Amino acid sequence: MNFDWIGRESDTIVVLLLWHIALSVIPVVIGLAIALPLGWAAHRSGIFKSAILGTTGLLYTVPSLALFVLLPPILGTKILDPANVVVALTVYTVALLVRTVSDGLDSVPVETVQAATAMGYRGFQRLVSVELPVAVPVISAGLRVAVVSNVSVVSIAALIGTQQLGLLFTQGAQLQFLTPIIVGIVLCLVLAIVLDGLVVLLNKRLTPWVPKAVHA
Amino acid sequence: MIDYLIDPAHWTGSDAIGVLIVQHLVYTGIALLVAALIGVPIGLYVGHTGKGTFLIAGVANALRALPTLGLVILLVLIIAPVFASELAFVVPSLIVLVLLAVPPIMTNTYAGIRAVDASAVDAAVGMGYRPLKVLFAVQVPCALPLILSGFRGATLQVISTATIAAYVSLGGLGRLIIDGRAQNDYDQMMVGAVLVALLALLVDLGIGLIGRFAVSPGLTRRRIRSATRPTTPRPTTPSPASSALVAP
Repeated sequence: MNFDWIGRESDTIVVLLLWHIALSVIPVVIGLAIALPLGWAAHRSGIFKSAILGTTGLLYTVPSLALFVLLPPILGTKILDPANVVVALTVYTVALLVRTVSDGLDSVPVETVQAATAMGYRGFQRLVSVELPVAVPVISAGLRVAVVSNVSVVSIAALIGTQQLGLLFTQGAQLQFLTPIIVGIVLCLVLAIVLDGLVVLLNKRLTPWVPKAVHA
Repeated sequence: MIDYLIDPAHWTGSDAIGVLIVQHLVYTGIALLVAALIGVPIGLYVGHTGKGTFLIAGVANALRALPTLGLVILLVLIIAPVFASELAFVVPSLIVLVLLAVPPIMTNTYAGIRAVDASAVDAAVGMGYRPLKVLFAVQVPCALPLILSGFRGATLQVISTATIAAYVSLGGLGRLIIDGRAQNDYDQMMVGAVLVALLALLVDLGIGLIGRFAVSPGLTRRRIRSATRPTTPRPTTPSPASSALVAP
C-alpha cells in the first residue's frame, strides 16, 4: 500500500466516490418508483403476472457490460454519458424489485386485507395505508439486494470510461499498481455496507409494529 | 453492425467470432463445474445437518458486495507473475468466476434442502431410509427446482463476469467489446454486446428446459403424458400424496 498516493489523490477519490454514490442510489429510487405499480399489477392480475415477471426476468439476463454498450444507440446518448449507467441500473433494479413488490403484496395476510375492507378502506387508500406498509419488510429485503449489487455493477462501467470508483481499478491495471485497486475495493465494500444499513434502518422506521428481535 | 457480422474476415483466425463464442462457453462451463463441486456438497451438508447456517448467509452477502472488476484486476496483478504463460490471465479470471458462482449454488442448495416438507423426510425415515438415501432419494429431488434456480443465477453471473474479464486479456465475447472500445470501433462493440446478451438468454432458456425435464412431475404438478393412457379420465386435482411433497 502506498499511502502517499492516497493522500495526493484524495480529491479525485472523493469525486469518484460521490459519482459512485449517485450512480448507485439514483437508479434504486427510480427503479422502486417504477417497480411499485408494475409489481402491484403483477400481484393483482393472474394473466399479466407471468408476462410482467417474464419480461423483467429477461432484462435481468442481459450482462451489464453489454447493456452499457447497447443503450447509447437506443437512448440517443453519447457512450460516456452517465445517463446510460443510470438507465442500465434502473433496468436491473426494476427487474429485481417487480418480483419483490409482487411477492410482498402476496404476503399480506388475507385477514388483514379483509379487516381493512371492513373498516372502510377502499382500493387505492387500502393499498397505500394497509397493504404496502405490511409488505415493507419483504420489499426492503429486495431493496437491500438491489442496492448492494448496484454498487458492484456500477464499477463495471469503468470499462466504458464513466466516472466512478471503477476507474481506480482500470487505472491500477494500466499502471500495474495495487494501491488504487485496493482503495477502490475497500470503498465499494464500505459503501455497500453503509447503503445496506440505511435500507435496514429505513425498514425499522417504517415498520414500528414489528418486534425488535425480528428486525435483527 | 450487419456489415461487421457478414464480413468473412471476422469469422476466421484466432479471434473469429465462432472461436470467441466457444471460448466464452468453455470458461463458463469450467467455472460452473468447479463451483458446483464446491457449492453443492457444502449446501447439501449444511441443509441436511443444519450446521453452519450462519456461514452460508454471511459469505453470500459479502461476495455480492465485492466489485467483480476490481477483484479480477487485483488477482491478475497478484497471480500473473507466478505463471509465465497465457495461464497468467486465465487462472485469476477463472478463480473470480468460481468465487462468484459458488454462493448462489451453495445458498440455493441449502435453501432447497431446508424447504423440503418435513413430513416427506419423516415418512422416508419411517420407511427405514438411511440418512444418505433420505438425502439423495427424497431431499435432493424435492429441492431440485431451487437448486437449478441457483445454477441459473450462477450461470448469468459467470457469463456476465467472463465478459468483463476480457479487460485482463481473457478470451471470449468480451474481447469484441473491450477491443472495440480501445479502437473506437463501435460496430464491433455492438456485435459483442448483442452476442453476449443472446448467449446469456439462450443459456438461461437451456437451463429452464433442463428443469422442465429433470424436476419430478409430482413437484410441478405437470400432467404426465404416458403412452399407456388410462381410458378413464384422470382426476384433475392432485392426490393428497403428491401435494404433500410440494414445497410451499
